[in-house]
Amino acid sequence: MFRPKLVPSSLEPALLIQIHELMVKARALEERLIQMYRQGHGYFWIGGPGEEAFNVPLGLLVKKGRGLDHDYHHWHYRQSGTLLAMGEDPIGALRQMKNTASDPYSGGRNFAGHFSKREWNVCPVSSPIEVQYSMAPGTALAQKRHGGDGITIVTGGDAGTAEGDFATCLVWSSRKGQELPVLIIVTNNRWGISTPYDGQHGEARISDRGRAFNIRCKTVDGNDPVESYLELKEAIDYVRKERKPFLIEAMVSRLYGHSSASGANFVADEVDCIRRFEDRLVEEGVLTREQMDAVRKRWTDEIAEMARRVREEPLPEPDSIWRHVYWEGGKR
Amino acid sequence: MANMAQAIRMALHYAEERLGVTDVFGEDVGPPLGGAFTATQGLKTAWNSPLDERGIIGCAIGLALAGQRPVAEVQFVDYVFNAIDLLKLAGNACWSSAGDWNLPMVVMTPVGSGIRGSVYHSHSFDATATHIPGWFVVMPSTPLDAYGLLLAACKQDNPVMYLPPKALLRIKGEELIPGEPGDDKQLSRLIDAPQGDRSKWVPQWPQLSDPELPLGKAKVVREGRHLTVVSYGRTLPLCRKAAAELEGEGIFAEVIDLRTLWPYDWEAIRASVTKTGKVLYVNEDTEVTNFGEHLIRRTVDELFYQLLAPPRLLAGKFVPGIGLADTLEMASVPQLPSILEAIRHLHAQEP
Repeated sequence: MFRPKLVPSSLEPALLIQIHELMVKARALEERLIQMYRQGHGYFWIGGPGEEAFNVPLGLLVKKGRGLDHDYHHWHYRQSGTLLAMGEDPIGALRQMKNTASDPYSGGRNFAGHFSKREWNVCPVSSPIEVQYSMAPGTALAQKRHGGDGITIVTGGDAGTAEGDFATCLVWSSRKGQELPVLIIVTNNRWGISTPYDGQHGEARISDRGRAFNIRCKTVDGNDPVESYLELKEAIDYVRKERKPFLIEAMVSRLYGHSSASGANFVADEVDCIRRFEDRLVEEGVLTREQMDAVRKRWTDEIAEMARRVREEPLPEPDSIWRHVYWEGGKR
Repeated sequence: MANMAQAIRMALHYAEERLGVTDVFGEDVGPPLGGAFTATQGLKTAWNSPLDERGIIGCAIGLALAGQRPVAEVQFVDYVFNAIDLLKLAGNACWSSAGDWNLPMVVMTPVGSGIRGSVYHSHSFDATATHIPGWFVVMPSTPLDAYGLLLAACKQDNPVMYLPPKALLRIKGEELIPGEPGDDKQLSRLIDAPQGDRSKWVPQWPQLSDPELPLGKAKVVREGRHLTVVSYGRTLPLCRKAAAELEGEGIFAEVIDLRTLWPYDWEAIRASVTKTGKVLYVNEDTEVTNFGEHLIRRTVDELFYQLLAPPRLLAGKFVPGIGLADTLEMASVPQLPSILEAIRHLHAQEP
């Protein structure tokens, strides 16, 4: 059984409380999405429960905004915690789950967790597990040329690193004298749908692959929000300042399986980052159990209420399939 | 007159100076080579990429997402097949995000046979390209069109596949590009990189202007009353030549250069077929699930009662590759004799 190390938190209590609330909010959102799927209010679920301890700090650390002076995001489909930490209203994810016309990310066209938000440089998430690694050098190249301190952040899972696009990202971002400001993230949940880690990986650590390219790299405990915050901060500061890539591998859990295709049932034998964090917050006297239960109840109730609202919203008009095949000059 | 490679080079120069093109990149695109076909010599934004087609298309998408205007080259279309899902992604980024994102990018990749390219330098791409929604697909058959359509592509706010036919890249045009000097030798002195050391070479660009060709417009390259031949790319000049030859036999074929494959100029086809009642579609992609088959389907759907003969398709044989031996290539993709025969055959058919 995994026993957490008891190291004192090195973050301010206010930040710990903020991270905790966002983690709980992200979990409440994912659990509601799963429930919507079960109740027939969505065809498919995929998301990020089990990655909150890493994804929330990431969202708090990014430079949010549109254009080259801000960070560009090339995510996979487990990034709800990051988007919420950036300040997004959770109702958008519920609308995408229900494929309503009001879905702010895809207008009812795409799966849950397939975010897109140009206002914040969140590039469209797509279902292939690797393509974002090929696109990231493009935004990073534009940012390097532009100057300033905007960086590109790309995320994917351990399984996606088997695809050639991961190598593309390492090659294109590390060319001598032409290094690119990319934070290359791999969240390692030790599964590729049903292929266990050992069935795909001969390398000891995925982050080791960065060494061959002279890319700074590190493996961190992505189930620990404090370690994640501190390590991400260091990595992001490095990429921002040095304009060079950094590869970070975060060991995380996959708490509801790959997607609804594998049942989306809670997995009891993996570390639950929220439970672990809460034990620590109690132990350190940052929050009481009652306070944390109240936070959980508040977000569970609030998101359930949002889901009820979303259920009444109309689906996209059939004729809308012809919209946006080509650019119409912006959203709506 | 400029050849097509020179026309493309001048268009890219114009585009990086006047249309906001930020990057012209791909394998061997930058100095010293300036492109396998010399089409990117002397350009200020040209750079050499890793030999990684997925990286090239992915980088172009990223640059476009970041508000740049890239022109990415895959040296031969034969090597773009491992990037098809990235082409799909570029085609669906706007639609999937419900209009949030757009990708102003051009993918330039030479297509087709005719350079004795054997199995991996002879592929066509029109059937595949027109099967990926969200793109404009352009295929010029003359240097002037190559120039004008590339400018139109670079002005687009959507992804454009620009598919110059390999066999026509070194063929000189019959029309002047606006601003091009009339003397070939003078043009070559101005814009062709010298042999040997090029490190000090700077091109002298002529004062070019934009003919403002639109995308999506076909061109009737030869008028005729007996039948319509619709083609594009490498086979277009062959169709034109065939039509000229057949005038001696009293067969007057109208020849249409489609120029943009998607969205294509149905009005031009409709007007001509309504006049002639007979149509032959000619291209060199493999004939099964060929783009010409779509055009036949639409012809039958919409023009059935105007037809005097079944619409025909002359295309490449459905075999896995184009063999290197002259006899094999000639037997695999349409050549002048097979086009002449197809036109004669169609002309002879009576209701």
